[in-house]
Amino acid sequence: MRIRAAAITGECNDMCGIVGLFLKTERHRPELGRLTAAMLHEMRSRGLDSAGFAVYDEGTVGTSRITVLAEGQTPDWEPTRAALEAALGAGVVARPLHDHAVFETIGDSGAARQWIIDNEPGLSVLSHGKQIELFKSVGDPDLVASRYDLASRTGTHAIAHTRMATESAVTTNGSHPFVTGPDTCLVHNGSLSNHHQLREQLVANGESFQTLNDSEVAAGYLSWRLREGDTIDAALERALVDLDGFYTFAIGIENGFAILRDPIACKPAVIAETDDWVAMSSEFRAIAQLPGVDDAEVWEPEPARIYTWSREGVPA
Amino acid sequence: MTTFDMAEASLREVNSALHAATSGEFVIENPRGAHAVAAGINSEIDVTINGPVGYYCAGMNQGGNVRINGNASAGLAENIMSGTVHITGSATMSAGATGHGGLVVIEGNAGSRCGISMKGVDIVVGGNVGHMSCFMGQSGNLVVLGDAGADLGDSLYETNIFVRGTVESLGSDCVEKDMEPEHLETLARLLAASGLDADPGEFIRYGSARQLYNFHIDDIDAEVRASGGAS
Repeated sequence: MRIRAAAITGECNDMCGIVGLFLKTERHRPELGRLTAAMLHEMRSRGLDSAGFAVYDEGTVGTSRITVLAEGQTPDWEPTRAALEAALGAGVVARPLHDHAVFETIGDSGAARQWIIDNEPGLSVLSHGKQIELFKSVGDPDLVASRYDLASRTGTHAIAHTRMATESAVTTNGSHPFVTGPDTCLVHNGSLSNHHQLREQLVANGESFQTLNDSEVAAGYLSWRLREGDTIDAALERALVDLDGFYTFAIGIENGFAILRDPIACKPAVIAETDDWVAMSSEFRAIAQLPGVDDAEVWEPEPARIYTWSREGVPA
Repeated sequence: MTTFDMAEASLREVNSALHAATSGEFVIENPRGAHAVAAGINSEIDVTINGPVGYYCAGMNQGGNVRINGNASAGLAENIMSGTVHITGSATMSAGATGHGGLVVIEGNAGSRCGISMKGVDIVVGGNVGHMSCFMGQSGNLVVLGDAGADLGDSLYETNIFVRGTVESLGSDCVEKDMEPEHLETLARLLAASGLDADPGEFIRYGSARQLYNFHIDDIDAEVRASGGAS
C-alpha cells in the first residue's frame, strides 16, 4: 500500500530532482555525505534513470584532483596514473572507485585534465580542481549513492541530481552534474529550447560537448563565461538573457553554491537556511531530513534572481 | 479524536480513513513533506497536521476544516470546493489554485501563482505572494497583508485582489480600483474569518480593466511580440 501511494504521487511530479547542501559551520561536516544521500533518496521518484553528485571539501594546500570516468569499465588505472605522473612531472595518486577514479597530484589539475583528454580517448574527465570530486551513473539514485560511497563522505558542500531524461539518451555522460570549470559544476531541472543554436555558437567559441544533452549546453555556456573572466553572478546574469527555456539550476562553486530559476519559474525549488546550513531542493521533503529543520527559515526562490552562498573569507 | 503517525501509517491509509469519515477530529503527525496529505476530504471533519507537507495538501477539500502547523509545497488546497484550509507557515507555488469556494489562510508567505485561475475561493495571505499571483482569477477574493510580486492579476476576470503592501508590477489588464463600502465589508469579514489582524482601510483594491474580454485587432502586435515573432 505504501508503495502504491508513492507511485501515484510520483506520477504527479515534474521531471528530475535537485538537492544542494552547504554547511556554514563545522558542525555537520563529518556527515555531509550521509545528509546528502538522505536528501537524494527523497528525490528518487523525480528521476529513477540516473543520478550523480559533486562533493566539495576544503582540499589540501598544493594538491589538486581530477575525477575520471571509464564508462561501463573497471580498468586497471595504474598505466594511466603512471603516464599522467610522467607527463605532469609531479607525483600522482589514484583512488579508483568502480568505473571512476580520482587522481590527486601536486601538479596542475587543468594540465592533468588536458592530458587525459588528449591521450585517453576512452576516458571522460568529470571534474577538476582543488576541492571537487564528482560521481555519476545510470541507475537508481540510491544504488548510485551507495556504489560511489556518498554516505561516508565529509566536506563543506554538495550538489546532487536525479534524472528523468527528456532531451537526450540515458547515459552516464548525459547524467548530472556537468562540469563548468575548475571546482565548478551544474545540475539542471527543466529543458532548454534554444540549446541547438547555443551549442553551435559555443562550439565556435571553442567549447566541446560530449552529448546531445541540453543541460550540458548550459554547463558549456557557464564554462565559456567563467573562462572569459565573468564572476559566477555575472555569468548567471548573462545566462538569463541568453538561455531560453525552463530551468532551475544549482551550481557548485569552490566555496559554496548558487541557485537560479528562469523568469517564469515553473520548475520547483525550495530553500531552507539555519545557522548551520543552507539547503535547496526541488521539494521540501528532501530538506525535511536535515537536523534542525524545524527552526529553519524556508522560502521559495524568486524567478530570475541569483542566490549565492559561500564560506566567509573566500570570495564566491 | 483519531491520531495518525505517518512515520508508521501509509499515505493511503491516512487518506482512506479521512475519506470514509463523516464527522470527527483527526490529527496527523510526522507528514515529513509527503505529497497529497489530506487530499480529497469530502465531509465536515476537522483535521490538524503537525509538520511540513508536500504537494497538493488538502487538495479538492470539500467541507473539511484543515489546519497545518508547518509549511507546504506546491498546490496547497488546490481546487478547494468549500471548507477551510489554514496553514501557520508558508506555501510554495500555486496555493489555492483553481479553488471554487471555501477559505484558504496562509499565515506566512505564498510563492508564485497563488490563486491562479481561482473560481470563487477566498485566499488570505499574512505575508507576501509571489509572481503571477491570481493569474486569470475568475471570482473570489485574494487578500495579501504583505507585498505582491511581479505581474499580479495578469489576464484577470472578476476576482478582487486586496494588497496592503507594495505591488512589484501589475499584470496585463489588472488595474487599481476604488475601494467601495462593500469591499471594506468583504475585507473585514475575511480578516476576521482568517484570524489575521489588519485594518481594511490600509489595503488597495485591484481588479480587471475588462479590456481582454473581447478580441481587439490592436492586440495582435502585442501577441506576436510576446511569442518572439516579427513585429
